Amino acid sequence: MRYSLLSVLQQAFKGQRDWTPQWRDAAPKASYDVIIVGGGGHGLATAYYLAEQHGIRNVAVLERSHVGSGNIGRNTTIVRSNYLLPGNVPFYEKSMQLWERLEQDINYNAMVSQRGVLNLYHTDGQRDAYARRGNGMRINGIDAELLDQDQVRAMVPFLDFDNARFPIQGGLLQRRGGTVRHDAVAWGYARAASDRGVDIIQNCAVTGIRRENGRVVGVDTTRGYIGAKKVGLAVAGASSQLAAMVDMRLPIESHVLTAFVSEGLKPLIDTVVTFGAGHFYVSQSDKGGLVFGGDIDGYNSYASRGNLATIEDVMEGGMALWPGLGRLRVLRHWGGVMDMSMDGSPIIDKTHIEGLYLNAGWCYGGFKATPASGFCFAHTIANDAPHALNAAFRLDRFATGAVIDEKGVGAQPNLH
Amino acid sequence: MSLALDRATSAAAPATSPATLQPFRTAAGGLIDRSQPLPFTFDGHAYTGVAGDTLASALLANGVRLVGRSFKYHRPRGILSAGSEEPNALVELRTGARREPNTRATVAELYEGLETASQNRWPSLRYDALSINALAAPVFAAGFYYKTFMWPASFWEKLYEPLIRRAAGLGRAAEAPDPDHYDRMHAHCDVLVIGGGPAGLAAALAAGRAGARVILVDEEATPGGRLLAERRTIGALAGTTWAGDAIGELRAMPDVRILSRTTLFGVYDHGQYGAIERVSDHVAVPEEHAPRQRYWRIAAKRAILAAGAIERPHVFGGNDRPGVMLAGAVRAYINKYGVLPGREFAVFTTSDDGWRTVADAVAAGARVVAVIDSRFEVRAGLTQAAVAAGARIMLGAQVIDTAGRPELAAITVMSDAGRTETIRCDCLAMANGWNPIVHLDSHLSRKPVWDARISAFVPGGLPGGMTAVGAAKGQFLLSDCLDGGARAGAAAAADCGFAAVSPPPYTTDPESDAHEPLWRARAGRGKAFVDFQNDVAATDIELAHREGFRAVEHLKRYTTLGMATDQGKTSNMAGLGIMAELTGQPLPQVGTTVFRPPFTPVAIGALAGHHRGQDFRATRHTPSHGWAEANGAVFVTSGQWLRAAYFPQTGETDWLETVRREVSTVRSAVGICDVSTFGKIDIQGRDAIKLIDKVCANAFASLPVGKARYAIVLREDGFVMDDGTVTRLGDTHFVMTASTANAARVMQHLEYAHQWLYPHLDVQMTSVSEQWAQFAIAGPHARDTLRRIIDPAVDISNEAFPFLAAAAITVGGGIAARLFRISFSGELAYELAVPAGYGDAAWRAILNAGASYGITPYGTEALSVMRIEKGHVATAEINGQTTARDLGLGGMMAKKKDFIGRLMKERPALIEPERPIVVGVRPVDPNDRIRAGSHFIGVDVTPGPEADEGYLTSVAFSPVLGQWIGIGLLKNGAQRHGERVRAYDPVRNGDVVVEICAPCFVDPKEEKLRV
Repeated sequence: MRYSLLSVLQQAFKGQRDWTPQWRDAAPKASYDVIIVGGGGHGLATAYYLAEQHGIRNVAVLERSHVGSGNIGRNTTIVRSNYLLPGNVPFYEKSMQLWERLEQDINYNAMVSQRGVLNLYHTDGQRDAYARRGNGMRINGIDAELLDQDQVRAMVPFLDFDNARFPIQGGLLQRRGGTVRHDAVAWGYARAASDRGVDIIQNCAVTGIRRENGRVVGVDTTRGYIGAKKVGLAVAGASSQLAAMVDMRLPIESHVLTAFVSEGLKPLIDTVVTFGAGHFYVSQSDKGGLVFGGDIDGYNSYASRGNLATIEDVMEGGMALWPGLGRLRVLRHWGGVMDMSMDGSPIIDKTHIEGLYLNAGWCYGGFKATPASGFCFAHTIANDAPHALNAAFRLDRFATGAVIDEKGVGAQPNLH
Repeated sequence: MSLALDRATSAAAPATSPATLQPFRTAAGGLIDRSQPLPFTFDGHAYTGVAGDTLASALLANGVRLVGRSFKYHRPRGILSAGSEEPNALVELRTGARREPNTRATVAELYEGLETASQNRWPSLRYDALSINALAAPVFAAGFYYKTFMWPASFWEKLYEPLIRRAAGLGRAAEAPDPDHYDRMHAHCDVLVIGGGPAGLAAALAAGRAGARVILVDEEATPGGRLLAERRTIGALAGTTWAGDAIGELRAMPDVRILSRTTLFGVYDHGQYGAIERVSDHVAVPEEHAPRQRYWRIAAKRAILAAGAIERPHVFGGNDRPGVMLAGAVRAYINKYGVLPGREFAVFTTSDDGWRTVADAVAAGARVVAVIDSRFEVRAGLTQAAVAAGARIMLGAQVIDTAGRPELAAITVMSDAGRTETIRCDCLAMANGWNPIVHLDSHLSRKPVWDARISAFVPGGLPGGMTAVGAAKGQFLLSDCLDGGARAGAAAAADCGFAAVSPPPYTTDPESDAHEPLWRARAGRGKAFVDFQNDVAATDIELAHREGFRAVEHLKRYTTLGMATDQGKTSNMAGLGIMAELTGQPLPQVGTTVFRPPFTPVAIGALAGHHRGQDFRATRHTPSHGWAEANGAVFVTSGQWLRAAYFPQTGETDWLETVRREVSTVRSAVGICDVSTFGKIDIQGRDAIKLIDKVCANAFASLPVGKARYAIVLREDGFVMDDGTVTRLGDTHFVMTASTANAARVMQHLEYAHQWLYPHLDVQMTSVSEQWAQFAIAGPHARDTLRRIIDPAVDISNEAFPFLAAAAITVGGGIAARLFRISFSGELAYELAVPAGYGDAAWRAILNAGASYGITPYGTEALSVMRIEKGHVATAEINGQTTARDLGLGGMMAKKKDFIGRLMKERPALIEPERPIVVGVRPVDPNDRIRAGSHFIGVDVTPGPEADEGYLTSVAFSPVLGQWIGIGLLKNGAQRHGERVRAYDPVRNGDVVVEICAPCFVDPKEEKLRV
């Protein structure tokens, strides 16, 4: 059933009787043209674009748990395209453009909220670095504004401007950035893909990737062997483990990132703000919770939980930026496992194994990339070649040196 | 004026004593002090409670039962529980900067003058405009918003979202900074006991008696748990007396610490626990110097989880009406607080303990009209009190609806045969079994397991070192709690090496814990709520099931079940139970959601501690800071350092004017700058030179003793990490400097190189950044100035001490110092290092010595101007994205040795000829100003991705040239000197035509620094 105000009103009178499962809970067939491993945002978006853009509908998405159980449901919901380096800029802008029409494309309200993303600066050096970034964005046709202190104060007057250890000088604002209801992205893509013929197979963990004569022929799963002409891995957080099944060692470390939500509050903050003198970012969900986070814990881990040292660091950043937070309460914190790559940028590429494709290394910026990642990965799989937008996200860039290191910290994943 | 006030005032009018001010206060009993009346307000109306009350018990004592509105439908809500699991009674506590939204009235201790308000309602609690949402409830089913509000797209931000946001949310945050402060404590113990109920007290006693270091944490003002809420006996003592004695004994033990009003909120890796002690929340304002709360980080060898259990509500039509409460809470209000939550009680139970409510209510002077137990048979003797009280006993029956406007006035009961009847009552006590608190043991990703005996989840695999006891383990009998607690306490102490004596078994009054859960009563007319706060009804779970959201996480996220401030403490199980019925799966197969910290919400300020405002991070002062401050310097933040940016003199009105004077004085006379912030690493050992040769990309083996050399450090990936100098002070003794920004990183890198890559090298290193004060003395009179402070024996003539010479010398009459003839400014310059304790004196001595030459102190701005004039790269260029070649330093790379980054710097993309390379720029029109961060594009080229050719990294106004100049990175830059491009700066409306030149504007032959 198409979702609309009308259908919602009709069902209100029918006791919500006629709604059906939002996506088919499919059982695996013997084989598919394409298998996407990973029923998170990127995997589901890939399946959607394979069906929608490339007419490839004999597709299965295999999810070891349930749809959206990974990082698509654990992030802090921020979307933006305020990137610095040429390899990233057009890709993330494509993602932003896809976000802007997502709901109409997939007929699902994911609450794309272009409330603005404001990155604060506290020193002249940071200001110039943001000017460099903002000018690069503008040259690429992306909106960016460099605000001075007064302009920032007008937007977020409750921040600490008067007693701060690192006084706020201004900020880089991307008004088109904002937030998106993360779970709805997974569900919306699942529904849209399922409607186009994609099989979404939950509780189906991949245990092996089978090869014959150097090319992929299928996957072993907890629900049996499933054949496939092509297999795409979109399992950020577990990429290294899946790649190990075909003896690939990825330029990726797994790290844990903690995110936080406060109790529900009446509207307090209307934009996304990031602190520039510590690691802290915050926005408010439509339901009223402040959603915030900070740095990764810094050690390698597959456990989706963080520890107190980082939690304290995040709260200190929060209080330094916004001293009115003191009496508000953290309701919950949780961890997600990040694919931290060697240059802080992702990989969307073919692998050396014919028919095996890789979508990985999203660090903690994967959510905003979801639509473009799906778009580009689908293109790469369908055409056996990358799209221009993911041309820089090659797996061999660490050998060639064509790294995309936005932070300039080098091959030290826990610093990205 | 509200009805609540009318009632309260009418009851209060003839009153003379505090107790009679409160119409629902019992005549006697409870752990309260009736002689201490505490006036407070709720929604502006004045009431009085007594010492020992919570806000909830005080409101109930005053007959206030409507206390809040629900999240979505704005339904009237009352008090459900008597503890931290409360989903309904959320209020704003206090006012002004101390306003605390979403505070559970059930845990807020009453104090004199407490001001409280209901939330999420307008214009008043009783007449809330948005309660019309309840009429639209058929539309507002779970997840309806995912299906609409999509057209037109632009309306989301403009119309729909603002409306939704305004309606959503609960309380209002304070608008001012939190005026209170918070402590952070670290504690260690052998045995951490979590929860001070009977099991926890017995455990703490056993461990404490054995001599173990024990920390007992308990949420309440007084430990005791359910012993304080029930009428029980242990041995010959009343339960409350036993608890008091146990606390007394524990307090007398020297190695036992009782943290009351303390919630253990999280279990972390490696035996770490987080707890919050509410030091001052029970008083109006913290005492002077006292924190509001104290955050404890506890490291414990053993932990005993005695957190208890939470009672389960029933799911039936209208179960959210004020007056419908948990039976255990009803007993707590009666027994602990001396408050009757109603006059005419009914009990709806599926468990034996629900029947306890009857005797307690009757003893307190209330009437019990009916006991409805959905079980068909109950244990003989269970009904005794009800029979004696004349209550109707309805077995096999269920409550299916309620009535009242809005407080409960009647219930509808359906018999097993399907007959319904209405029974008048103003308080319904619900008993549907208990859920062990399995939150804390689940924080380390361990899943609870199903215990069919009690139809609840109990701890599964426990975190290392943790045992569960009592109700937290699913043992609901008091005797089991006490004996299990004592055994666990003794075992934990024994694990820590203390000989523990097993205590004799405890004896208690007769008890039984038989129970048959009822996940959902038969359907009535009203909405049957599962999650009270988030307004998730049983029908929403049905809808989620219909739409395929059957996995527990899907159910939760789609319906918001369990996502409210109580995190589903009273709702998750019913939700799972209903989903199990719908899918036909056994409940444990449906699973549980993941429990995450914190157990109850924790104030952000408490976790931040004192790290806010100016104390957010340490402030590092340079040795000359005192002088600089006294002499009006303007400071700039550089990492944690405060550095003097410039030193304005009287009459100077503009920072540029000051900086221009400082630069001109240095270039024509002499200046002094504090460069102590640079990293300084002392490196010694037979193989010191080998390590330095590995870490630096240029050659060092040939460096003679008494010489300094510019050093470039590459990362392993071939990009430049930092630059600095290495000086050979002795054959096996070196000092290496690093930039202020990278001081720690370079030290880390050296340690990494030594410990991981070259462990065989005989070398030791340590950071001496803070041990040495270091000052740059620059300008034509630098030598003359220096001569006046160094000891006479030191020869610093150009011949004896040429450019790049370095030596250990003495100054000021025998004070050890180090002198380096290095220059960042391009002038004749030295850097003098003295022990940090002499820094201030040395600074003043140099200023005195240079006074006759017109010496000026100069700050980071002048430093930067002069380095840009000289074309020296700094942090803006060494930004982690540039190679030595990009920086114009490619020629310095050693050819004949191995070093970190050597091979990686030869990767194709790093030697790509088109890479942006360092150039100088100057505006074609000398009046134009340029700004760092501008991008380079062709003069006649339209801005676009293809047009981007690099960017401007640093700019300065050059007093020598009398115009703005800059350094930038430009594609093919080395070949483009003389060419014109635009410095394009749309974010600051800048667009200036500049000419490309060599990145050195002053003294390109470097003659000045060698004189």
